Amino acid sequence: MPDSIVDDKVYATARQPIRHDSAIKHVTGGAVYIDDMREPVGTLHLAPGWCRTYAKARLDALDLTEVRAVPGVVAVLTKDDVPGINDVSSSFGDDPMLADGEVLFWGQVVFCVVATTREAARKAARLARFEVVPGTPLVTVADALAADSHIMPEYRFGRGDVAKSLKDTQRRLSGQIAVGGQEHFYLEGQVAMAVPGEDGDMTVYSSTQHPTEVQHTVAKVLGVTEASVTVETRRMGGGFGGKESQANQWAALAALAARVTGRPCKMRLDRDDDMIMTGKRHDQVASFDVAYDGEGRILAVDLDFASRCGYSADLSLGVNDRTMFHADNAYFYPNVSIRSQRLKTNTCSNTAFRGFGGPHGVIAAERIIDSIAISIGLDPLEVRKRNFYGPGRDVTPYGQKVEDNILAELVGELEASSNYWKRRTAVRSFNAKSRILKKGLALTPVKFGISFTLIHLNQAGALVHVYTDGSVHLNHGGTEMGQGLFLKVAQVVAEEFGLPIDQVKITATNTAKVPNTAPTAASSGSDLNGMAAQAACREIKARLVDFVSMEYGTPADKIDFRDSQVIIGNGAVPFREIVKKAFIARIQLSAAGYYRTPKIHWNRDKAEGRPFLYFAYGAACAEVTVDTMTGEMKVDRVDILHDCGKSLNPAIDIGQIEGGFVQGMGWLTTEELVFDGQGRLRTHAPSTYKIPTASDVPEEFVTKLFDSPGNREETIFRSKAVGEPPLMLPACVFSAVLDAVASLKPGVIPPLDAPATPEAIMKAVHATRRGGV
Amino acid sequence: MSDKIKITLTVNGTAMTAEVEPRRSLADMLRDDLRLTGTHLGCEHGVCGACTVLVDGKPVRSCLMFGVQANGASVRTVEGLADGDRLHPLQQAFWENHGLQCGFCTPGFLMLAAGALEENPDMTDEEIRDVLSSNLCRCTGYQNIVKAVRLAAEVMKAGPAPQATRS
Repeated sequence: MPDSIVDDKVYATARQPIRHDSAIKHVTGGAVYIDDMREPVGTLHLAPGWCRTYAKARLDALDLTEVRAVPGVVAVLTKDDVPGINDVSSSFGDDPMLADGEVLFWGQVVFCVVATTREAARKAARLARFEVVPGTPLVTVADALAADSHIMPEYRFGRGDVAKSLKDTQRRLSGQIAVGGQEHFYLEGQVAMAVPGEDGDMTVYSSTQHPTEVQHTVAKVLGVTEASVTVETRRMGGGFGGKESQANQWAALAALAARVTGRPCKMRLDRDDDMIMTGKRHDQVASFDVAYDGEGRILAVDLDFASRCGYSADLSLGVNDRTMFHADNAYFYPNVSIRSQRLKTNTCSNTAFRGFGGPHGVIAAERIIDSIAISIGLDPLEVRKRNFYGPGRDVTPYGQKVEDNILAELVGELEASSNYWKRRTAVRSFNAKSRILKKGLALTPVKFGISFTLIHLNQAGALVHVYTDGSVHLNHGGTEMGQGLFLKVAQVVAEEFGLPIDQVKITATNTAKVPNTAPTAASSGSDLNGMAAQAACREIKARLVDFVSMEYGTPADKIDFRDSQVIIGNGAVPFREIVKKAFIARIQLSAAGYYRTPKIHWNRDKAEGRPFLYFAYGAACAEVTVDTMTGEMKVDRVDILHDCGKSLNPAIDIGQIEGGFVQGMGWLTTEELVFDGQGRLRTHAPSTYKIPTASDVPEEFVTKLFDSPGNREETIFRSKAVGEPPLMLPACVFSAVLDAVASLKPGVIPPLDAPATPEAIMKAVHATRRGGV
Repeated sequence: MSDKIKITLTVNGTAMTAEVEPRRSLADMLRDDLRLTGTHLGCEHGVCGACTVLVDGKPVRSCLMFGVQANGASVRTVEGLADGDRLHPLQQAFWENHGLQCGFCTPGFLMLAAGALEENPDMTDEEIRDVLSSNLCRCTGYQNIVKAVRLAAEVMKAGPAPQATRS
């Protein structure tokens, strides 16, 4: 790390483990989610109508007579009711809000019932008669590859002569791994309420990570200007990426209903509808061909990803690009070719999910390492370390130099604290004695690029008002979904003004206050909005300093803000008195702050540039026990060491790490999405889709923050983003399962796919015993 | 619509009569008719546990029970957990130990744990984990929830000593 980061400042509020600002409201039931808001008198309720028979069909006629006849039904919306453009996509224009002549996946909304009660709307929604001509749906990656069905062109980047390296090498292996998708299962489902105003204005309360895009979508659908639409989001009951683009449709439908009926309208999806209709994490098949030397060092990698995007593009461009950006995980590939195919299928439109494609790249990289280790009989951790980025081997496949690598130190520390080598010996001797139960151990790293790879999204705004009593109103473009963003940004503001945290009023994200914002995504929330809020504070402070300097005849560098006071030379005046005086002297006490991430650039056509401002690092070690008779698997112990730079709030960050780990562990072990041959999702509720519970988490679960000197880039108080990187830490659980199964037959690479359900484990066990096929 | 049925029940210590449609769930009755919106609906088929309330002291999924079935019963929701401004030890512990993130599952976990601890104040760590596995949290990874319940159990066992207020 550079020596330049010398940070002697004592922080009063930033970097402190302050409790979530809504915590008291959450434990008393006082926190208001959209469905808890008092509905205006006359509010109507929406329910989606869809064809429950087919995933692909031509829609010839729709008979809504019985739907309209249900008591309480006020309106039934179809595509013909859309005054603007019938599209809720982020950018590609291929997501009809209401189906237009064809059904493209099982769950596509064809019409929408508006009724006086939600029950009436839901009941009526089932009574439509569809006249359709069914087609043959493309369901799986294999279906789409066979039909050459792509949602967008493939993309490649790399360097060196991979074919030659592969041909010339003495050691070469190839393999394939299927990695499943994942349902977000935000506890609060998709919900929005629209309230019509005068002049065609519309106010929409939406559970969204992207209020600006909901605003734009509502304006587009209604055919009004963006200025006519205001979107507000106080909090979400979880988002995880599932409310980045996929909140648009429900908000736009509620707004259309409000427009058509002139009454407030609310749409809250039933959980099954939510799981059927909204997109998920992509599932992908990764194929690799690798050349390596006798020490296990990678010489060349040819990697191919085939990704199920679903019926429309949604965010698949960025998601699959990020798979490619993380196909190296933490490892240097001297010669490399990475290809990603984005496949169009008749399934829901897969979307953002914590990690945004990165996790698939990481799992592929770790499988490559594990395969090499098994093939040459080295410990996988040893092979990992030999392939880390290092001096002279520090350029990623996309040309960005890795300048801030701390993995050697971080992994070394975790290796020691988790007692890896002693436990490796113990695992070996356990497996030698135990015939049925087999243990596995793995320690895997994560290196995750921070910044939106769509460069223009790396900007943010904040609005800060100081009132004459010294209280502060804070607003910014980021949204709160439980991750503690509102608190972190409030900590920044309190720190800047030297005020206690409760003097900073946290307010709902609102497109009328801070416009043209990026989604709260890509782990960027506190990096972007923290800096924007700081800029606003500094603008106000600069005006106050000028004023105080004149008023008290004190040089500006002797004026400071702390302990609710303005320090003026050797004296101090309460902050509230200064702001009151400043107001009387006609000093503006409000500012809009703005930030755009420096240094980043990316030319996608040439595949060159620096897409990321910095990398966040972490590592985790897991021990598992696998029952090779039943496929049952138990995680026995987890140790995590994660890098948050100088954490803005260590308690919040540890929560992000633990939560991200368990969510990623669910993705890799128990959460299996099953589509049948007709393209119907058979796991559309938590009763059939297994989300981790408290007893799936090992009792020995140690999470520590890496003792960092701070982010070497100038981020907000030298912190690092933490939302997504921990999602990939449980790669160690998946590798530990592989390790356990591999112990059955040395030298054979178990063909274990993700998620490692008991069924997948049994398949891998049988194949391993057969010699790998 | 069906005719409403008149029931009498106690909600958070207050005796009341209510008129409720026979097929209205207890959750909808609490949320929409009684405006007790701290009880949340997550999956509406009894798996996630976000809607857990206490009926005669036992944790139940209020989405799986009809309002009319609460006739004559005593119902307790998250709004009735604190004693005025004094937080229940479980609320205090969830707050202090960061046992929540988005907060949507929190009321359900609190009521589940309250019911379980009232029935068995001496749960082992394993039993606590087992009981808490009834409900789903998608944010926290459960570590701080388990920790909070364990600490609250100790406080509750120690008896009704004066607790810190929220201020």
